[in-house]
Amino acid sequence: MQATSHATHHDPTHADSHHEELGFWRKYIFSTDHKVIGFQYLLTALVFLLIGFLLIGLMRWQLAYPGRAIPIGGALMEKMLGSDMVGKEAVTGKVGVIMPDLYNSFGAMHGTIMVFLAIVPLAFGAFGNFVTPLQIGAPDMAFPRLNMASYWAYFYGGVVMLVSFFVPGGAAKSGWTSYSPLASVADAQYAVNGQTLWIIGMVLLITSSLLGAVNFITTIIQLRAKGMTWMRMPFFVWAQFVTGFLLLLAFPPLEAAGIMQLMDNVLDTSFFLPTGMVVSGKVADISGGGSPLLWQHFFWFLGHPEVYVLILPAMGIVAEIISNNTRRPLWGYKTLVYSVLCIGFLSFIVWAHHMYLTGMGTKISTFFQTTTMMISIPSVFILTCFFISLWGGSIRFNTPMLFALAFLPMFGIGGLTGLPLGFNATDIYLHDTYYVIGHFHYVVAPGTIFGLLAGIYYWFPKATGRFMNEFLGKIHFVFSLIFMNAVFLPMFVQGMAGMSRRMYDGGATYSLQNTPEAIGALNALVIKHNISITHAAIGLGLAQIPFIINFFWSMFAGKRVTSDNPWEATTLEWSTPTPPPHGNFLKEPAAYRGPYEYSAPGAATDFTPQFQAEKP
Amino acid sequence: MDIPYTSKPRPDTGLYNAKVGIWLFLASEVMLFGALFSSYILLRIGADVWPQGLLNIPIGTFNTAVLITSSVTVVMAWASLKMNNFPKFKLYMGITILCALAFLGIKSIEYKDKFTHYQVWLKDGTTLTGHIAGNPYFWNHNTLDKKKLDHIEFTSDGKHDAKAGDKGQSHPGGHAPAVKIERKDITRLSAYVPAHSTYFAIYFTLTALHALHVIGGSLVLAFFWGPGSKMWKTDPERFTNRIEIGGLFWHFVDLVWIFLFPVLYLL
Ligand code: HEM
Ligand SMILES: [Cu+2]
Repeated sequence: MQATSHATHHDPTHADSHHEELGFWRKYIFSTDHKVIGFQYLLTALVFLLIGFLLIGLMRWQLAYPGRAIPIGGALMEKMLGSDMVGKEAVTGKVGVIMPDLYNSFGAMHGTIMVFLAIVPLAFGAFGNFVTPLQIGAPDMAFPRLNMASYWAYFYGGVVMLVSFFVPGGAAKSGWTSYSPLASVADAQYAVNGQTLWIIGMVLLITSSLLGAVNFITTIIQLRAKGMTWMRMPFFVWAQFVTGFLLLLAFPPLEAAGIMQLMDNVLDTSFFLPTGMVVSGKVADISGGGSPLLWQHFFWFLGHPEVYVLILPAMGIVAEIISNNTRRPLWGYKTLVYSVLCIGFLSFIVWAHHMYLTGMGTKISTFFQTTTMMISIPSVFILTCFFISLWGGSIRFNTPMLFALAFLPMFGIGGLTGLPLGFNATDIYLHDTYYVIGHFHYVVAPGTIFGLLAGIYYWFPKATGRFMNEFLGKIHFVFSLIFMNAVFLPMFVQGMAGMSRRMYDGGATYSLQNTPEAIGALNALVIKHNISITHAAIGLGLAQIPFIINFFWSMFAGKRVTSDNPWEATTLEWSTPTPPPHGNFLKEPAAYRGPYEYSAPGAATDFTPQFQAEKP
Repeated sequence: MDIPYTSKPRPDTGLYNAKVGIWLFLASEVMLFGALFSSYILLRIGADVWPQGLLNIPIGTFNTAVLITSSVTVVMAWASLKMNNFPKFKLYMGITILCALAFLGIKSIEYKDKFTHYQVWLKDGTTLTGHIAGNPYFWNHNTLDKKKLDHIEFTSDGKHDAKAGDKGQSHPGGHAPAVKIERKDITRLSAYVPAHSTYFAIYFTLTALHALHVIGGSLVLAFFWGPGSKMWKTDPERFTNRIEIGGLFWHFVDLVWIFLFPVLYLL
């Protein structure tokens, strides 16, 4: 930042400004410093989080008020996306109705953007990059240039995804899961369609994650400081370690599947297309012989480990913050470590619980039901350890801690509502309803996102040398908590009433009013929830404004930290200068004890950092 | 602070960074090819007919030998460096790269043969395989309509009605006479391209992905052989490590082929 402001203050000659610019590019854009790359991930991913949110906002409008034009920006959207995508209101002629194809595109891209371009890059790319090397006492990642390459692969993956909105036919529209044959049939009249770009974008994102995973795991294995034994690693590092393995091993099969789907779309193969497939009343001109189920297996072989990629880093963050703010050691550190390793292994053998209704067979379903119940056990262990850690602590209720505390019950709700989905019998009813949407959003939105926000508030002082504003932070917290629940709680009700998750008109077609004779038609109250949810979603969006202001304002004008360890924490990242320079540590760091020595009996202060040498 | 263990092994793990990195990378590669092999199995189980005997086994065997040779020479190249013999390194690495090029050359000839080899399905339910007069590339039944052809001159290769297990009866004397097949008798026509069947789809996907690995690997090895070898003068230990890493990757590429060959050519 300094380099640019410097250049604008003086009146530089041409050559001079060129020189300054080079410095800026190397330092902030094509940097190999893990902290700068972490920041790049953070900012890019937050932008994608916002884009993903806007997409779903528009969809929610259509669900609440089917066929009505969006209140603002309708004409602009029509100009950008065309009149096939953005239509006119039947009665008033007002421009700005989200057409079915656009609704489908938004749905697919909301999921894709949120999972692959927002949450994973935040949890793994941003926090993993910034915090992991600091916490293990490393000068940087093991392969700094590879690290830069990961970021740019991610960036271009994102660009491809965004560009896909503007090709003929629009962005991918077959769900974030891109099930074949639908994904091969939609927009097949265009040589390069949204689905093709989706696959290309995914291949870039997968490449980014794979390079990142290799880098993280190597860093953790090789670059731990002196004395930083495995069992002295902060829980956050363990979470990142397991996350790395999940990405490393679960993503390649999806890459293979992506290649095969690309061949189906471009070279007319039939990997996922069955014999005798009929499209629009005509038998498709293909060899056939493929298997649609095969795609689903590959997708969920990634998809399920991916949900743990989403949640484990957040758990790691929450662990750090809870221990720091209760001023007590994390309860059951070893249990936590073994649980997270268990989750890592088990998450590779539960994937087909997303496929109970595909007719893959009852024996297979039973197997996956069993493994699914098994994996919920270590998850419960982790949550229980966190709750017990609170017991009897004198808790500091600062903003990071509030978010970390809210994570616990929110993740709890998300996890518990997963159990009925894991049982074959109950899932037959609940599958593909709003109940599923409620379940996973409780885990990812008020769960993971709260964890990530907690992390931003917590590590901000280390990254910038300034605190974020507590008052704005608390406003952000309170309203986010209220609106998150107002958005997602009613979804369980809608789902149990039988509302399907992919209906363009919010269920109006199947309402009691329109089809009184149908069994299971949706009553007016269930449909009305659409409106309240949409309003709450708007509220949730507004509640992020204090955060955005706080983030940028505090970066330049927040309260300065007076020490390198403002939270009086115990882990190694707090021993560096603030903000940490390139290379991180001034002298070779070492860990002398475990990561959570708070309130140790006989110690002078209520925290004994890992980096504090033993008294001779 | 410099990043530690870039060329010296870390005492407790016994490995330098890049070696950990390459093993992790290879683990993900195993998953990548593993997924494709699983697809092969599932597609084959689900298929009504699984074509056999369509690939040229002698050529495949020869290519296998070429790759195995290159795997041996890449180890010799690394061992030469360990024994401080740079000219020998140049020699063995050179042979490795030549083997890679030979493999790719042979593979592309195989591909070319497939692109001009046709199967035609006739109205009466039979099918013929062979060549179209003029040896065109990549035709299918839609090409005939686009070119407004009402018939093709077809030279059967003697494998009538190629059904599973049925290798067909060869014509005495080898060459069958060219026959004229009317467009109206043809229900489907396809070269041996990915769209022909799930068999060729998976064959081309697996071998093309493998070929990409060969290309990538040989580019890296060629760099170490050429401009990259300057590092031998400045940092021999690191350079030797690089060759080791490159060699590990090369072995993996070789190993994949050793699975591919029997699965696609023999079984
Ligand atoms: C801890 C216990 C959990 C159990 C037993 C569980 C079980 C399930 C099951 C069975 C489904 C499929 C439902 C259906 O489609 O009918 C599902 C969907 C889903 N779960 Fe979970 N889950 C758990 C935790 C999580 C976590 C931690 C996350 C993410 C951070 C998550 C994210 C998702 C997502 C994204 C879907 C929906 C995918 C889709 O169809 O688009 N789940 N869960
Ligand atoms: Cu799952």
